[in-house]
Amino acid sequence: MALEYESLNENVKKCQYAVRGELYLRASELQKEGKKIIFTNVGNPHALGQKPLTFPRQVVALCQAPFLLHDPNVGMIFPADAIARAKHYLSLTSGGLGAYSDSRGLPGVRKEVAEFIQRRDGYPSDPELIFLTDGASKGVMQILNCVIRGERDGILVPVPQYPLYSATISLLGGSLVPYYLDESENWGLDVNNLRQSVAQARSQGISVRAMVIINPGNPTGQCLSEANLREILRFCHSEKLVLLGDEVYQQNIYQDERPFISSKKVLMDMGSPFSKEVQLVSFHTVSKGYWGECGQRGGYFEMTNFPPRVVEEIYKVASIALSPNVSAQIFMGLMVSPPKPGDISYDQFARESKGILESLRRRAKIMTDGFNSCKNVVCNFTEGAMYSFPQIKLPPGALQAAKQAGKVPDVFYCLKLLEATGISTVPGSGFGQKEGVFHLRTTILPAEEEMPEIMDSFKKFNDEFMTQYENSFGYSRM
Amino acid sequence: MRRFVIGQAKNLIDQTRRRCCQPHHHNNLRLLSLLRPSASDSTTVSSPRLFSSSSSSSSSDMPGSDSSSSSLPVTLDSINPKVLKCEYAVRGEIVSIAQRLQDDLKINKDAYPFDEIIYCNIGNPQSLGQQPITFFREVLALCSHTALLDESATHGLFSSDSIDRAWKILDQIPGKATGAYSHSQGIKGLRDAIAAGIEARDGFPADPNDIFMTDGASPGVHMMMQLLISSEKDGILCPIPQYPLYSASIALHGGSLVPYYLDEASGWGLEISELKKQLEDAKSKGITVRALAVINPGNPTGQVLSEENQRDIVDFCKKEGLVLLADEVYQENVYVPDKKFHSFKKVARSMGYGEKDISLVSFQSISKGYYGECGKRGGYMEVTGFTSDVREQIYKVASVNLCSNISGQILASLVMSPPKPGDDSYDSYIAEKEGILSSLATRAKTLEEALNKLEGVTCNRAEGAMYLFPCINLPQKAIAAAEAAKTAPDAFYCKRLLNATGIVVVPGSGFRQVPGTWHFRCTILPQEDKIPAIVNRLTEFHKSFMDEFRD
Repeated sequence: MALEYESLNENVKKCQYAVRGELYLRASELQKEGKKIIFTNVGNPHALGQKPLTFPRQVVALCQAPFLLHDPNVGMIFPADAIARAKHYLSLTSGGLGAYSDSRGLPGVRKEVAEFIQRRDGYPSDPELIFLTDGASKGVMQILNCVIRGERDGILVPVPQYPLYSATISLLGGSLVPYYLDESENWGLDVNNLRQSVAQARSQGISVRAMVIINPGNPTGQCLSEANLREILRFCHSEKLVLLGDEVYQQNIYQDERPFISSKKVLMDMGSPFSKEVQLVSFHTVSKGYWGECGQRGGYFEMTNFPPRVVEEIYKVASIALSPNVSAQIFMGLMVSPPKPGDISYDQFARESKGILESLRRRAKIMTDGFNSCKNVVCNFTEGAMYSFPQIKLPPGALQAAKQAGKVPDVFYCLKLLEATGISTVPGSGFGQKEGVFHLRTTILPAEEEMPEIMDSFKKFNDEFMTQYENSFGYSRM
Repeated sequence: MRRFVIGQAKNLIDQTRRRCCQPHHHNNLRLLSLLRPSASDSTTVSSPRLFSSSSSSSSSDMPGSDSSSSSLPVTLDSINPKVLKCEYAVRGEIVSIAQRLQDDLKINKDAYPFDEIIYCNIGNPQSLGQQPITFFREVLALCSHTALLDESATHGLFSSDSIDRAWKILDQIPGKATGAYSHSQGIKGLRDAIAAGIEARDGFPADPNDIFMTDGASPGVHMMMQLLISSEKDGILCPIPQYPLYSASIALHGGSLVPYYLDEASGWGLEISELKKQLEDAKSKGITVRALAVINPGNPTGQVLSEENQRDIVDFCKKEGLVLLADEVYQENVYVPDKKFHSFKKVARSMGYGEKDISLVSFQSISKGYYGECGKRGGYMEVTGFTSDVREQIYKVASVNLCSNISGQILASLVMSPPKPGDDSYDSYIAEKEGILSSLATRAKTLEEALNKLEGVTCNRAEGAMYLFPCINLPQKAIAAAEAAKTAPDAFYCKRLLNATGIVVVPGSGFRQVPGTWHFRCTILPQEDKIPAIVNRLTEFHKSFMDEFRD
């Protein structure tokens, strides 16, 4: 055999990606056997029945089949503003959806993204510093690839974290430097904690080069306050860290106390020297928000304070992949410049998007309340993003049983949950958690009308599980 | 022994890193410090300056950066050196110059001896006016906006088999959700269609579980390089000249490119003796060669391998224990009657070699062929002859990126299962397909003949793919002028060509070439009505270039 497991790149072997790991594979098997599976393992709204927004799909369908634009009957099935918009986007390409674009994405779409950022933040944005990507993940990989030179380069990553970060850092052979979010403070981010993490890493010869924040949080759902963001940026400035702002859930906010505020805006508000010296990369996507267009693989990143020659290097690496897919670039254009009041499609677009967001807000509440009504389960409210991350207090009997089964305790619990109810979740160990504390992640995406039934079946399973494994020694810890 | 010790230490790190999210992380860090002496001379960490805690030491000498950049964490001095090292000439300096010219042309129309830039640097057919295959786009439009399928007016606007096919595809997607992430290998039903297409092509079975769908073929190549390359001690045999994706990907992953030279005199022939020689040479330098990359039909060289040659290559890989990376993205682009495309899998199976005999990865793309759907970023790799534990690792790496884009996946399945005789769209599909392929063949021939008429230029025929790669025998005076301008002689020629004619080609140095020879790559993709003007401009330019520099 030319390629043995033993001879594979060690960085590949050690990389972990639980969102599509053991639980997901088992769920897929069960589905093949005919069991009804509720996939709450991935933030994949359309897979759980969320309907795509009509207007962008009309525009992209017309771009897919541009000959329709010459058909006199096209107006019978497409509204005039969709037709106009399709012509607009096709005019920005060099050969429609079938031609590679500039490796950074279509200049016209990058300009629309820059205008969106400027409207959102009140500060100018330069299209030359915006790169469109096949989903936000590709962008994260490109940037980390530039930052990580070897195992002595460390990246500060929140724990719990979205495993894209740990997986990519492993693949690139860098070191993950964890900082812990405080569950008892609604997953708050304590800057003193950051200092400690960095000092400890440095004392061990690790050069910490960048920090990741996920705001709103995945899997933890918290929204960072402006004051907190300011502290983080000041910290990055004093420690010379690039800040990677994963802001893909910026449309997904379910409370009114802490609206989304971008890292870029806070940075610009802080003024010199911060606004000139902190290097920031902010990521966005068409996969989340009320769009949920995961299958398109569309995203962008915006760089702030990157010297032109570094931008050129990033451009070069992007060019090896030729270009991001063009239809997703058009989705991105549509996301940052949706129909305006007065447009033919505006009312429908507003109705659809509002409907999705309001329902998500209700679902976030149903889910948190549902978890908190279960035995030995506590759950912070999902302020934003798409996930619920309840803590499961496993009794010693369950820990014992998991050990016997050769499973990590939360994996053991999630597998049992899957077998009993068809609910496919991701064990907290896939995101990182404090020792001896166990969680699971679910999305809040199942259809609203199915939600009460799902929570009932969860409660029934959980409470029986707890009763079965509880004994006189009480709970594990906490 | 040293390797073993380092390996042991690495394993320890892995174990701790697996738990890195738990408070044990300080153990991980401690381990790293224990490792320091061996890590510094191990191959993964290459330069002592990487250890400096401050990354800002000398960025002030960086032109174009203001003084404040010295306080920035990521500058040219502190970026990953592998990033600096990699090169990708297809979109390099000449293309940047061309883009600037194009912008300026809009304002200063009269300042140039040409009125448009003709991009012959990249295989991007639809940017040069090639039309997409109607049936494919009909199906994609219907899948993009599925509500169309419920409209009666749709039947007047779309062919009936495109509607049927869209339904069929949607039925294969869970929940008919084209906006959902799919399985990380791609939608199973679409992989079934691809496997059936491979089977029909080769006459040997194909397994949908061996298919990994990707955003174009390039990510598949990256994935395999990532798997195969641990350090610069891992080598990949690559043809020279080569498509620079390979050199760039190997550089980014920190491996060693082991070159084997194609023989220009015999139509870019691939000699087994050359492979053996280079393999031995690499071994003697302490490099473990892991894989052989073959591009068939060739890019940039356009040759189509004979079946006999392919058999020898398969035997060579089997004997030497190499993974065969078969870049077969131009499989539909064959222009000469005496050559035929054979997939390496078909060749290996027809030799009686099965899963246990040879590890083979075949890459296919929707960007090439007669479809040329570059902007869709669709493709797949068929992975055979790997143990299940290796396969799991490939799946895991694919899963980190979630999945490839769905419309690219749909198109990849359509390309491998196009309309059949009797279908509503069949006649128009065949007419479009053959129109494109026969026109490409004509263009290839016309350009090749024109190039061969130029003084000091010889050009092998393009048997396949989308490129011509002429050899230019540059006069000493031109080489001296290039040296004075601090540029490679072929890049010098290409820049002059661009400035005089607006034609964009890629210097041979971007693909690597036998030292002392000079080439450029030119696509055959400009529309047929533009070819005579291109030939005229090229001929005129070359004449005046030679008049200026002839020795």
